[in-house]
Amino acid sequence: MPTLTQTNDVEELADIARRIRVLSLLMTSHVKPEPAGHPSSAMSAADIIAALHFSRLRWDPLNAGWEDRDRFVLSKGHGVPVLYAVYAIAGAIPSDEIYTLRQAGSRLQGHPDPTRLPFVEAATGSLGQGISIAIGLALGAKADRANWRTYCMLGDGESEEGQVWEAAMFAPKYDTDDLCVIVDNNRIQQTGSVEHILPTLNPIVDKWKAFGWHLIEVDGHNIQAVLDALDEAAATKGKPTVIIAHTIKGKGVPEMENSEHWHGKAPPPEKADEWIKEYLS
Amino acid sequence: MSGDTATRTAFGEALVRLGESNKRIVALDGDVAGSVMTAEFGEKHPDRYFQCGIAESNMIGVASGLAMSGHIPFVASFACFITGRFDQIRMSVGYNRSNVRIVGTHVGVGIGSDGHSQMGLEDMALMRTIPNIAVIQPATGIETQKAVDYLAEHVGPAYLRLTRQKLPELFGDDYRFEFGKGRVLREGTDVALIGTGSTVTEALQAADLLEQQGVSAAVANIHTIAPIDADLLADLAGRTRRIVTIEDHSVHGGLGGAVCEALAERQPAPVLRLGIRGFGESGDPAELYERFGISARRIAIQAASFLESGAEVALIAEGSA
Repeated sequence: MPTLTQTNDVEELADIARRIRVLSLLMTSHVKPEPAGHPSSAMSAADIIAALHFSRLRWDPLNAGWEDRDRFVLSKGHGVPVLYAVYAIAGAIPSDEIYTLRQAGSRLQGHPDPTRLPFVEAATGSLGQGISIAIGLALGAKADRANWRTYCMLGDGESEEGQVWEAAMFAPKYDTDDLCVIVDNNRIQQTGSVEHILPTLNPIVDKWKAFGWHLIEVDGHNIQAVLDALDEAAATKGKPTVIIAHTIKGKGVPEMENSEHWHGKAPPPEKADEWIKEYLS
Repeated sequence: MSGDTATRTAFGEALVRLGESNKRIVALDGDVAGSVMTAEFGEKHPDRYFQCGIAESNMIGVASGLAMSGHIPFVASFACFITGRFDQIRMSVGYNRSNVRIVGTHVGVGIGSDGHSQMGLEDMALMRTIPNIAVIQPATGIETQKAVDYLAEHVGPAYLRLTRQKLPELFGDDYRFEFGKGRVLREGTDVALIGTGSTVTEALQAADLLEQQGVSAAVANIHTIAPIDADLLADLAGRTRRIVTIEDHSVHGGLGGAVCEALAERQPAPVLRLGIRGFGESGDPAELYERFGISARRIAIQAASFLESGAEVALIAEGSA
């Protein structure tokens, strides 16, 4: 049985999301020899991840191997500070372990590594691959008539990978209705905006619909809307669900929000402290 | 001993047989089931068979996810299409330590008329660089059956390399497959011919030809290329002082590369590497083995020349016979 206390209280979940943003900034800004990682990609996803991990996802912070847990695959593996923050808040890892991020020997690798830290479920970081793993997990659960669900978070930039569309084409064939993919649609990628890099990725909504998925569009920072979408996904039979969550890269720190400059960059510790004090306290 | 069998066919039969008793085994196809011999498994176990379409990147990832949920996936395609998804194998399978069995068929110039685009010529070299992937290439139908039996129990990712063409049977039904262990099939004192897969038979026949010239050639079958049996190789090199590797694969990075690495560290000896130089081409398999220098006749000629001249050998030029 899980030891995590979950909640439907939107304000409580919003506060957890705030703490996820704080920890994402802290852990990336303290990486040695220099700040490193993807805090802005964690911050765009923080509200969705808080709603999922502290309200709907069945998991146990004290037992990563719990057989009946729901599986969550972070296909956009670079956003992994968001998960390390969740694990610290839930007590799955000691709270000061976040400061080992990206250090030699750490369980907190720059991208997820389940052999070091089993909570992360799958090694990702080469974009486009996590969704296929998630589909395999969902097929495995279906074959075993297990009742756990599989969730997967994709980036929108990540969706430029051809494998994402191989996966999108494949999953509905097997009626994988226990699979829910969430696209963190934050509109900014490594070297610019999606609009600039590959504008024909959009309309992304039409593409997923064309492949036969049950599609839900939400504001990814409206926690109640995210919870409702997750419930709608769970109630949907016969096809997998994709939630297109419209988000803001770097959400929570105005200097980082929608800023192409802050993809894959972490602020120095004093700047992180300043922003935390000003915007996230 | 039974008749000639393509190792892909023996794999398909073994998979069907194992599927009856081991319900954790699943198979995935990328629209080549009739060629990679997974079709019968699909007909017998439709609930454990996933047709992924011509989309191998996704297929390999799905296999990894199935393995993570406790299943034993065999994911089969042409070796050349498998290697095209090296990143998925490296990350989704290797780094995840997923219990996936990747099966690459239609290896080498031995596929014949389809030509270079369908020939798996780089697969051993690539797979060998991933730290935890076992690389196995059986030489006959029976060895394939036993290797697949083994793979159903193996812990961790594995790559199985199989031929399109039929190969003569060399073993009896009592053959025991020992993972990671090479096997000396013929003793000899002047040179050791090291084969894998289809070239084991060629090496045995080459040893006959060499014997007629008064050369005593040992022949070893290396069915496990990773991890390679360094003990056996060092022993052979110590005894014969000359090693010839023969593979239907790029001469770079496959069996020859693995043997050289092992011997350089353990028992340095001159090694003549025979394998595919340059790109493959269409042709009759036997004719191609001759043109690319891995037929019994060409092995014997090159081995004899190697013994006469020490390490200096007139190798065929890249891309020409």
